Amino acid sequence: MTRFFRSAFVIARRDFSATVLSKAFIFFLLAPLFPLLFGGVFSSISARVASQNHRPVVAVIGDKADYDALAAAREQVARAVGDEDLVVLVGYRPEADLASQQKHLLASPSPPIRAVLSGGLAHPQLAGALANDGGIIGQLQLIISNARAGAAAREPEFPIHENAPPSSGALNSQRTDTAQIAQTILFILTLMLSTMVLSQLIEEKSNKVIEVIAAAIPIDAMFVGKLFAMLSASILALLVWMGCGALLIQFVKHGGVATLPIPAVGWPLFLALSVIYFGMNYLLFGAAFLMIGAQASTAREVQTMSLPATFAQVLLFGFAAGSVGNPDSLGGIAAAVFPLSSPMAMIARAAEDPRLWPHLAGIAWQAIWIAVILRFGAQLFRKTVLKSGPRQPWWKFGRA
Amino acid sequence: MPGARDGLAIEARNLVKDFGETRAVDGVSLAIPTGSIFGLLGPNGAGKTTTLRMLLGIIDPSSGSRLVLGRERPLEAAQEIGYLPEERGLYPAMHARDAIAFMGALRGLPIAEGRRRADALLAEHDLGEWARKPIRNLSKGMAQTVQLLGTIVHKPRLIILDEPFSGLDAINQARLEEMIRREARTGITIIFSTHVIAHAERLCEQIAIIAKGKVAFDGRVDEARAKLRPIVRLRTRSTDGAWRSAIPAGSRQEGGEFVFELPPGGPEPLLKALIDGGAGIETLAIERPGLHDAFVSIAGDAAAAEMGEEKAA
Repeated sequence: MTRFFRSAFVIARRDFSATVLSKAFIFFLLAPLFPLLFGGVFSSISARVASQNHRPVVAVIGDKADYDALAAAREQVARAVGDEDLVVLVGYRPEADLASQQKHLLASPSPPIRAVLSGGLAHPQLAGALANDGGIIGQLQLIISNARAGAAAREPEFPIHENAPPSSGALNSQRTDTAQIAQTILFILTLMLSTMVLSQLIEEKSNKVIEVIAAAIPIDAMFVGKLFAMLSASILALLVWMGCGALLIQFVKHGGVATLPIPAVGWPLFLALSVIYFGMNYLLFGAAFLMIGAQASTAREVQTMSLPATFAQVLLFGFAAGSVGNPDSLGGIAAAVFPLSSPMAMIARAAEDPRLWPHLAGIAWQAIWIAVILRFGAQLFRKTVLKSGPRQPWWKFGRA
Repeated sequence: MPGARDGLAIEARNLVKDFGETRAVDGVSLAIPTGSIFGLLGPNGAGKTTTLRMLLGIIDPSSGSRLVLGRERPLEAAQEIGYLPEERGLYPAMHARDAIAFMGALRGLPIAEGRRRADALLAEHDLGEWARKPIRNLSKGMAQTVQLLGTIVHKPRLIILDEPFSGLDAINQARLEEMIRREARTGITIIFSTHVIAHAERLCEQIAIIAKGKVAFDGRVDEARAKLRPIVRLRTRSTDGAWRSAIPAGSRQEGGEFVFELPPGGPEPLLKALIDGGAGIETLAIERPGLHDAFVSIAGDAAAAEMGEEKAA
């Protein structure tokens, strides 16, 4: 067994050096910037489009007092429900020909007026095609009602005790957020990294180095070495990304990382479990993808395999996401038991459930499946690629 | 001590390998003495590489057994074996010294020691200045030398070379032959496969000829030659006469000479019959057959046709 791990280490060291000491690794480290940049650009564009197209503008024809009352009432509603989807009010002085003014305003391209409110607070009338938009009418009814109530509608003020112990409702909500965030990060990182494993053996196969390796060490050791090399490289990248992410949160978010929702098992253990489950998730998918990718003989075949592999991961993420909020449900337990969704389900559980024994069981269960997949993959490689039939029981590791 | 059993480095018994419906190796048995240079001869597709891959443990036989340096599982002896595959393989971005050290590390040699030995080996083979250059910058001959050095860097007891001369120019072939002789002098067992008879003839003490997956001959080179009778080349002044009855039926004429196998009675009865029959002997030569002729005879005419062009090499 010592020789097995020494052989795996030789492969891992070669692959790790070849990966980390290449210029391409710097590009790899920048990878998370791209989704962030894309996300930033697209959210900015969509926000601008939304602000232009989706926030309905209502023209208010009336005297200044009525308009001011309506504007104040709108601000009050905006504080409660948010400004994004609330109607925008624009005031206009009444003209002699009200019908003509209404027609003119409704035809105005800038601002794109959806409706015209006239008649003041006493006898409000709304003109415009609003048959399919009950929301706007409802908002206007609320705003007018508040405007009519005036000072009486002012929000009551009461003291808020910030230091009171957190309610179970708030805590559950926060922990669900933590679970979702952790699960999503785990999924995205694994998605980014594990498909790389698909092409791990192409280099050896195309360079014919595989023959030299297969004659010197057990195929299982090569698989383990390759997988752990990529795991080491990805954990190195993960540490860089986590450091940069923490710094970013520290600068961007008031109060820094301390304001993030607290997981059920506490931050130190949660972070440790995050690294372990990332490793397990990566190793499980990596072992499966290494096995699949080892069957490919060209880079083109690997590319063809990448898309279904990615979809499979998305499907399993969806399966694991069902456990968030209720880890002890049938779906939650099924996601924790199924090997390829288990790490994602368990990290969500770590955020929501303080018990530790399920994690010990989960990690052991996942480790068994990593070994099984690797062993099966090595056997398959020997059988289909090296054209050798297995002559030993599949569960015996590292034997020639 | 493993590997010392009966003085044999390798003992293979009835190795069979089937790829689907195709039988690539059909009952190969070999006994390769420790410290010998052993040639595995055969035409392309005869089953040489498959046999070697089974001996190395890269693939398992469909049936049969093998004992390599005393071990039933060849990979357990991997640290004592060096292997140069037919299709050369190196990482193009790796430096020459690292490639050699990596191959040594695969066989259990510590990487630092591997680098130290790699530097020495490269310098010894006039490649010292290429030690820290990527493999992709080396010529094909240099890269092959690097791979060969990687095969011996961990000082193995058994070296297996699959078609080691293929792709090398005449100078590098001579260098490789010298390297094989040098390694053999240290007591290492060397097995190489080839379809170029000349190399085997120059290097090997023992050979096995494989044809169509079976061992057609296994023994010493002179034993292979002894399978054929000496060849007689005869030039006469007379074109016809009683002496013609002394020439065997299967003779042929090459450039005015009769060429035929020496009859079982030996040279004296032949000479007497020729002289008494009035042949008027101008020249008569009795040649010992070469390994190529023995190979042709053993492996059959089909193999000979394939090998014909290679003989010149």
